[in-house]
Amino acid sequence: MTGAGTGLAAGSLIGLVGNPNAGKTTVFNGLTGLRQKVGNYPGVTVERKEGVTYTQHGKALRLLDLPGSYSLYARSPDEQIAVDALLGRISGIPRPAGVICCVDGSNLERNLYLASQVIELGIPVILAVTMLDIAERRGIRVNLKDLGERLGVSVVRVDGNRSDGLTALRLAISHDWKVGRTGVVLPELVREAVQDLGQVLKGSEAGRPRELVEAESRLRLIAEEDTGESLMGGTGAEWTRIRIWRQKFDRKIPSWRSELIQQRYRWIGGVTREVVQRFNPNRKSWTERLDRWVLHPVGGFALLGILLVILFYSLFTLSGPFMDGIEAGAGWVGGLIEGWMPEGALRDLIVEGIIGGVGGILVFLPQILMLFFCIGLLESTGYMARAAFLLDRAMGKVGLHGKAFIPLLSSYACAVPGILSTRTIESPKDRLTTILVAPFMTCSARLPVYLIMIAALLEGVPHQAFWQAALLLGLYLLGTVTALVVAFFIRGGLIKGPKTSLVMELPAYRPPRLEAVLREMWERCWMFLKRAGTVILAFSVILWFLMTYPKSGNPPDGEEVLSPGGVQMETSAVTGSYAGTIGKWIEPVFSPLGFDWQITIGVLASFAAREVFVSTMAIVYHVEDEEEGLIQALREADRADGSPLFTPLTSLSILVFFVYALQCVSTVAVVRRETNSLGWAAFQFSFMFGFAWLSSFIVFQGGRLLGFQ
Amino acid sequence: MREGMRGCIEKVGESGGLRLLEMGLLPGEQVRIIRRAPLGDPFEIEVKGYRLSIRKTEGREVEVEVAG
Repeated sequence: MTGAGTGLAAGSLIGLVGNPNAGKTTVFNGLTGLRQKVGNYPGVTVERKEGVTYTQHGKALRLLDLPGSYSLYARSPDEQIAVDALLGRISGIPRPAGVICCVDGSNLERNLYLASQVIELGIPVILAVTMLDIAERRGIRVNLKDLGERLGVSVVRVDGNRSDGLTALRLAISHDWKVGRTGVVLPELVREAVQDLGQVLKGSEAGRPRELVEAESRLRLIAEEDTGESLMGGTGAEWTRIRIWRQKFDRKIPSWRSELIQQRYRWIGGVTREVVQRFNPNRKSWTERLDRWVLHPVGGFALLGILLVILFYSLFTLSGPFMDGIEAGAGWVGGLIEGWMPEGALRDLIVEGIIGGVGGILVFLPQILMLFFCIGLLESTGYMARAAFLLDRAMGKVGLHGKAFIPLLSSYACAVPGILSTRTIESPKDRLTTILVAPFMTCSARLPVYLIMIAALLEGVPHQAFWQAALLLGLYLLGTVTALVVAFFIRGGLIKGPKTSLVMELPAYRPPRLEAVLREMWERCWMFLKRAGTVILAFSVILWFLMTYPKSGNPPDGEEVLSPGGVQMETSAVTGSYAGTIGKWIEPVFSPLGFDWQITIGVLASFAAREVFVSTMAIVYHVEDEEEGLIQALREADRADGSPLFTPLTSLSILVFFVYALQCVSTVAVVRRETNSLGWAAFQFSFMFGFAWLSSFIVFQGGRLLGFQ
Repeated sequence: MREGMRGCIEKVGESGGLRLLEMGLLPGEQVRIIRRAPLGDPFEIEVKGYRLSIRKTEGREVEVEVAG
């Protein structure tokens, strides 16, 4: 039955497919090592991972890691990418010359569903069976030789922590590619339809193999009207023809879609009965025993709470020294360059614009690394699916999906990685809702602003430390509660739609693989640097320009200007700069909130990144020491009429504004990219700005009416 | 639906899409309800030897003949 396989030409593209949690990442990392690059598919925001792998005989091949899917009948943009890549429908990516299909050996039946669909594409396939060690512990034994004979492809055992599996896989990649076959029987009428559609679709691209054209016909015939069709694309004429066939199916084959799925599983059932042996079926697995506690009504939430506390603790405490170190480092480099270079505009640009900007980005890196490390750890053990299971009901109450938990959690560090991680949410509506509310979560860039304003607000109050902590917690709560309330209204009005499904696998627990977690952490950080970093850097250079030019005639390096903590507003270079002019010009917009033109400059500048507010206020008030000096300067600052500027009420108004306003150009850029729409990004920005303005207005004017200062 | 309940699937509706069927919830298949999430929804079920989480609304699509 099984003929000899063949090799592939050097440089050929191989696709890697498999169910989610089937160990695809391990195989990809094992085969490509560090020779990977991450990018995007044209037009969509699905991550594209490609690497170079070598056969056992040293021939180089390209390996494309396709998004994990359960079926070729795609339900999400991610899954559709896998289908399109396999069918050769993505421009710039050749049709794969071979496909490695990862199947979870402990769950063979369901995994063979996708594998059989892939085999029917007529592309040479190698089946990589993973997790057989887990299967054996659970009393499942798979006869790989028989499996290979039934499918007509070579089958290789690959276990997560053993390298001989990879060697066997490389050997198979060298010379054992075979076009397999399945025994899935299609009803006569469906076969006829596939033939007919094949004629139509063949015209759209000449020279495609018959199997692929027929596979596309099959997929498009069964595609669901509401989701699948729009994902598949294709011309209206093609779809009209497909609808005519479907009407015939409706008449002749009752519930034909479900019948086609059952046909496939009937054949798979026959195969697994032959090749899978079960022994000791009543043994309780580790996963079962652990889940008793992890999903326990009390214990489960307690564990979740403990994990969150640990996460936040490490996020804010352990990364502190690194953040201080980076800030000090940026200052040191700036000082060094100041010493080397002659005074002038170029030096200022490099020191204040570029190094200041780079430092401002890098300072978040320790937190984001830590966040991604913790999340990666929880994901790779299988815990994240449990967290979604525990919280789905609560999240559902406000219209969010259980899987929105992770993106919202990440947004406490930074909304950019949070928004990037919404890609795991399949339904576009749920994903959009999550993206729209994520920036309400208090990110770490708000923290410096909060700390300075809280200190200015509560200076000298009895039990100051306690009230400071309480106010800080209150601000976190305010942001979180608002996010949930807004999500409720968005999902109820703006983005209506039925509740989407949570058909989610609860995978067996696995020990985390540190190497994979670290790699994932690095990839995500790199994406953050690319997406947020470039924008922040550009903005900080523009900002530097606006605050420096045109130069007013203040005395160069006047001694009195440098006195730390001193407020020398007359000599501040900002007053006459473009930023000063813009600040005064926009001031009327913000004066109902109690902001004067100087605070307005800070608010505008903080659009680069919120923490820039602090450094901008330091520049505006010409203080050297940002912490002690700035608080002092803020307390001494006056309005034009001589009354103190930073009254408790003004400070509170600023705080509320920063809780709500989307003062972050990189978030706006990422939202535009991820939603593929300038409209949603603009809507989100205006909505949050309006919300912030109104809330601050109510706080400030309401406070004044009540007689507060 | 009660915890620990076992049964045999009789019919799976298609209005919630085909994913349930594709995940192996087929007529004639044995299912077991492992547990309900602490907040009442979703449910954890076992089918084809693996664990799946589905919401109550999705579960309504699945008609089960209870086997005790």
